[in-house]
Amino acid sequence: MVSLPTRRRLVNLASQIGSVLTVCFGLFWLGWILLTLVQYGIPGMNLSLFTQMTPPPGSAGGLLNAIAGSVFLVMLSTLIGTPIGILAGTYMAEYGETGWLSPATRFINDILLSAPSIVIGLFVYEVYVVPSRHFSGLAGSLALGLLVIPVVVRTTENMLKLVPNRFREAAAALGTPQWKIITKITLRASRAGIITGILLAVARISGETAPLLFTALNNQFWSNNINRPMANLPVTIFEYAMSPYRDWHNLAWAGALLITLGVLGLNIVARTFFRQGKPGN
Amino acid sequence: MRTESPKSKIIVRNLNFYYGETIALKDISLEIPEYRVTAFIGPSGCGKSTLLRTFNKIYKIYPNQRATGEILLDGMDILQNVSDLNRLRARVGMVFQQPTPFPMSLYDNIAFGVRLYESLKKMEMDERVEWALRKAALWDEVKDILHRSGNSLSGGQQQRLCIARAIAVRPEVLLLDEPASALDPISTARIENLVTELKKDYTIVIVTHNMQQAARVSDFTAYMYLGELIEFAGTELIFTRPQKKETEDYITGKFG
Repeated sequence: MVSLPTRRRLVNLASQIGSVLTVCFGLFWLGWILLTLVQYGIPGMNLSLFTQMTPPPGSAGGLLNAIAGSVFLVMLSTLIGTPIGILAGTYMAEYGETGWLSPATRFINDILLSAPSIVIGLFVYEVYVVPSRHFSGLAGSLALGLLVIPVVVRTTENMLKLVPNRFREAAAALGTPQWKIITKITLRASRAGIITGILLAVARISGETAPLLFTALNNQFWSNNINRPMANLPVTIFEYAMSPYRDWHNLAWAGALLITLGVLGLNIVARTFFRQGKPGN
Repeated sequence: MRTESPKSKIIVRNLNFYYGETIALKDISLEIPEYRVTAFIGPSGCGKSTLLRTFNKIYKIYPNQRATGEILLDGMDILQNVSDLNRLRARVGMVFQQPTPFPMSLYDNIAFGVRLYESLKKMEMDERVEWALRKAALWDEVKDILHRSGNSLSGGQQQRLCIARAIAVRPEVLLLDEPASALDPISTARIENLVTELKKDYTIVIVTHNMQQAARVSDFTAYMYLGELIEFAGTELIFTRPQKKETEDYITGKFG
C-alpha cells in the first residue's frame, strides 16, 4: 500500500513527464517543418529573388513582382480592415455594455474569425469579381480585409477592456466628454496592444492563399493595376509547387521560406512592442 | 479651526441611492459647509463613498445606478439638471483612492483638464501647470521632469499629481475618496497637510476609513452606517461628545 505523500509525488512526476513529452511531440513536428523549409528554401535564396520577376519555366528569375504584389495586397487589406475593426471593437468595449448589439456582434465576429478563408474568397468572388467581370488586386484586398476585421475587432475590444475603469472615472471626473475619454485616454492606454493585434492580423493574411485564388488570382508580370489580377507570393508558391519544373520548385521553397521569415519577424516586432507598452505602464 | 458659521456649499435633501434594486443610501439630508473640510466616516459598506460620488454625479457612468431627492450646489439642484454634466464636474473635482496618472507626460496630465475648457497660450498653460503643481506641493520635485510619463513617479507623488490635476481646472469643491489609503504614512501625512492648506480656497469633502485622519484634518464629520446618516457635527464635538450611541460605539472602536 503506497502512502499518500508518495502517491502524490508519483502523480506529480508522471504529470510533469507527460507534459514535457507532449511539448516535445509538438515541437518535434514544428522543428521538422522549419528544418525542411530551411533545407529546401536556402538554396533558392539569393539576391535575384528581389531583383528579378517570376520567370517562365526553364529560365532563371526571382519573385520580385510576387513580393511587391503581396506587400501591396497586405497593405491595402490592412488599410481597409483596421479602421472598421478598431471602430467596432471600440463600440463593443466602450458603448455597448448594455443592449443586444454587442453580444450579437461578438458572436458573429468569433464565427468570422474562424471562418475558412476559402469561404471568404468565394464570397468576394460572387459579390464583386463576377459583377465586375475581372479578377483584381482590389478583390483580393477585400477578401483579405474581411480576414483582418475579426482579428482587429477581437484584439481592440480585449485591450480596451483591460484598461481599468479608474482611468475612465478619473477622466470623467474632470468633465471629459465620453468620446474624448475614449480617444485620449482609453485608446491611448491600449495603443500597444491594439497595434500588436494589427500586426498579428497582418501576419495572418500574409500567407493566405485560398481567398486570393478567386479574387486576385496571380500575375506573371509586374502588376500595379488594382483592377487586374495581381501577383502575390502565396498563389505563386501554389502554382510553382504544383508544376513539374525543378527551378519553379526552388522558387516556391524560397518563397515559402520568405513568408515564414516575414511572419516570424512581424511576430517578434509585435511581441517586443507589446511588452514595452502594456496598459497602465 | 474657524468658528464662525459658514455658508452651505452643498445641501442634500432626502437623498436615496440605488444600485439596481438595492438601496444604498436611505433618506440622507445634510449640508456641506463652504471652505471647510467635511469628513465622511463609517465602517465599510456604509455608503460614504456612494454619497461622495453623488456630488459630481460620477455614478452616471454606470447605467443601473440612480439617485432620487435633491442635491443643491449653490442653490441649484444638480440631480434635476440633466444638461452639462461636464460643467458640473469642472466645478466639483474628485480625487480617487488609487492614484491614476494618465498615459502621458506630467505636463499633459495637468494640462488635460484645463484644455477641455480653456484655450490658453503656451506661457499661460505653463503658468497654470506650475501653479497647480505648487498648490499640490509637487512642483519642486517634478519641475525638471515634466516631460516624463506620469508612471515614473512614486505612489505618493502620483496622488499629488492627481490632486494637482483636479485643482488645475479651478474647481469650487474637491471630493477626496480615501486619497491616502493606498499610500505610506509619510505620503499620507503630506496629503493631510495639503488638505489643510487647500481648504482656504476650496470646499473639501473627504471620505476616510481612518477615524484619526478625520479627527486630524476635518472641521465637520458625518458618521454613516448601513446607508444612513447617523450623526453630523463639528469634528471636535463628534469625537468628544457624540450624541448617538451608534456613533460612540464606532468611535470608541466597539466595531470597525
